[in-house]
Amino acid sequence: MREKIRIASGQGFWGDQLDAPVRQVEGGSIDYLMLDYLAEVTMSIMQKQRARDPRAGYARDFVPLMAQILPQCVERNIRVTANAGGVNVEGCAEAVREVARELGLAGKFRIGIVTGDDILPRIDELLERGVELRNMDTNEPLSTVRDQIQSANAYLGAWPMVEALNQGAQIVITGRATDTGLTLAPMIHEFGWSQTDWNLLAAGTIAGHIIECGAQCSGGNCQYDWRNVPDLAGVGFPIVEASPNGTFVVTKHEGTGGWVNVPSVKEQLLYEMGDPHEYITPDCVADFTTIHLEDAGVNRVRVFGIEGKPATEFLKVSISYTAGYKAVGTLVYSWPDALDKARAADKILRERLERLGLRFDQILTEFVGANATHGPLAGEPSSDLAEVQLRVGVRGQDKKAIERFTKEIAPLILTGPPGVTGFAGGRPKVEEIVAYWPALIPKTEIEPRVEVTEA
Amino acid sequence: MRVQLLKLAHARSGDKGDTANVGLIALKEEYYPLLVREVTSERVKHHFEGICRGRVERFELPNLHALNFLLHESLGGGGTLSLMTDAQGKTFSYALLRMWIDVSETEAGALGIER
Repeated sequence: MREKIRIASGQGFWGDQLDAPVRQVEGGSIDYLMLDYLAEVTMSIMQKQRARDPRAGYARDFVPLMAQILPQCVERNIRVTANAGGVNVEGCAEAVREVARELGLAGKFRIGIVTGDDILPRIDELLERGVELRNMDTNEPLSTVRDQIQSANAYLGAWPMVEALNQGAQIVITGRATDTGLTLAPMIHEFGWSQTDWNLLAAGTIAGHIIECGAQCSGGNCQYDWRNVPDLAGVGFPIVEASPNGTFVVTKHEGTGGWVNVPSVKEQLLYEMGDPHEYITPDCVADFTTIHLEDAGVNRVRVFGIEGKPATEFLKVSISYTAGYKAVGTLVYSWPDALDKARAADKILRERLERLGLRFDQILTEFVGANATHGPLAGEPSSDLAEVQLRVGVRGQDKKAIERFTKEIAPLILTGPPGVTGFAGGRPKVEEIVAYWPALIPKTEIEPRVEVTEA
Repeated sequence: MRVQLLKLAHARSGDKGDTANVGLIALKEEYYPLLVREVTSERVKHHFEGICRGRVERFELPNLHALNFLLHESLGGGGTLSLMTDAQGKTFSYALLRMWIDVSETEAGALGIER
C-alpha cells in the first residue's frame, strides 16, 4: 500500500478553466485527477442534446482534454475520475477510445464506466409501485410534474468507481456521481478502506468537498485578505495529499498562483453547507464539526480528526422538469438622477404590460448599481450615482406573454425617461425554465453497473 | 461601541434550492465567542428583512470558529426559477458582513478591536 497519494482537482464545474486539468498534469507530481462536470441542471441539457443526436449527451470538453493529457496519463500512470458521462456514459467512453486510437494508445490502458444512475425510463414503473419521489423541499409528489420531466438520475457514490479502479481502469467515466465520490474513490482503492470505516470515508468525503469547486479553495473567490492573494491569473488548482489514516494535506503545485491557507480552506468548507453535523452522501454521513485544520507550511493545510457516521438507506435523486418560461431585459440610465430615471422607466413599463393585459407568475425589478445584490440592506444610494442598470425579469407559463414582454424593453429608449442606453444586445431571449426537483430513493432500487474494458 | 461584522469576520455563501447558506468565520479565533453571542438567528432574520421570507437556522462550528446560517425562502424560488441577479446567493456573504453589533469598550479593548 502506498503511504501517500496526490489527487488533483481539475474542474470545478462544466465551464471551468479549460486548461486547468492540463496544468495539474504538467505542473508536478500527481497520482489522480478528478474532474467534476455536472451541476444540478446539466443533466437536462445533456438529455436534450442526446435526443437530437444519439451520440451526444456527455461533457464534450472532456474528449479534447483527453486528447491533450492521455499520453502523459498513460506514461506516468495518472488515473482519472470524471463524471463527464452525463446521460451517455458509453458514448463518452467511445469518444475517448477513438482518441486513444488516434494517439496510438489503443490497448495500452483500460477504461471503466459506471452506469445505472439514469432512472428516467423507470419513472412510471417507480411511481406505480409507490416510490413517490417527493420533492425534498416542498414535499409534493413527483406525479404533479410527471409530464414535464426531462431527466432523472440517482447520485451514485464512490463504491462503483472503486470497483472500476480495482479492475484496473485508468480512466473512470461516470454519469451522475457525487462530486465528493470522485475524490474518495481513489483513497478507498489505494488504502483498502472498508464500507464501514465511517471516519475514514468521512475524511475522504470532506477532502472531496474541499477540492470539488476547483480554485475556490486555493485563492479564488477568497474574501480573506483578497487584495493580497498572489497571482490569481495563474491560480493553482488544489491537490489533496491523502494518507491511509484519513488525515490529508490540501496544497497546490509549486510556482502556481493563488494560495492555500487555513482561511481559504475554511471558506470552502462552509460553501453550500447545510447542517454541519450531517453532511449526507451515498457513502457516509460526515460531521463537519469534527474537522481540524492546521497550517503545515507555505500553501499547505493539514486536515485531521474527522469523524463520520453510517450512510443512510437512501440515494438522492436529481430530477429536472420544465416549469414555464422567463426573460430578463436591461437598460442603462446615466447621471444625473440615474436611479430616479430607472425607477420611472420601470413604472412606465409595468403600466404598459398591464394595459396589454399580460399576466406573469412573477415580475422582478432590480436596479443594478443600487440594490441588485443586497436589496434593501444597501440603503438609499447617493443621488449622484454615475449610472444605474434597470433589470426587469418576468416568469410565467404563457410563452406568448413572455415574448411580448421582450418587445416592450427597446421602445423605452424613445418613449421613456432620458439618458438611456445599453441596448446593443437586441431583444431579450425567451428561455424555457428547466427546474430542479430533489428527491430520495431507497438504495435497494438502484443497481450501479461497472464495466472495464481495454481502450 | 458599534462594530461592523466586516471588521470581525469573513464569509462564504451559496445555495440549496430556495435556501441560501452563509458561513461566517471569525477573522481571529478570539472573536468567535462574540459572534456566537451577538449574531443570533433572530438578529440575522431581522437583518435580512425584505430578503429572507422564511426562517433562519444557525449552526455552530467551534472547531472552525465559524457559524453557518440557513436563510430559507430567500432566493426568489431558487435555481433556474429565480429571476434574481444573485439567484445563487453568492453575495449574501457580504450582505451579512454589513451587520453592526454592539461591543463594550472594555471587551473591544481586550479583543484588540479598533474603532
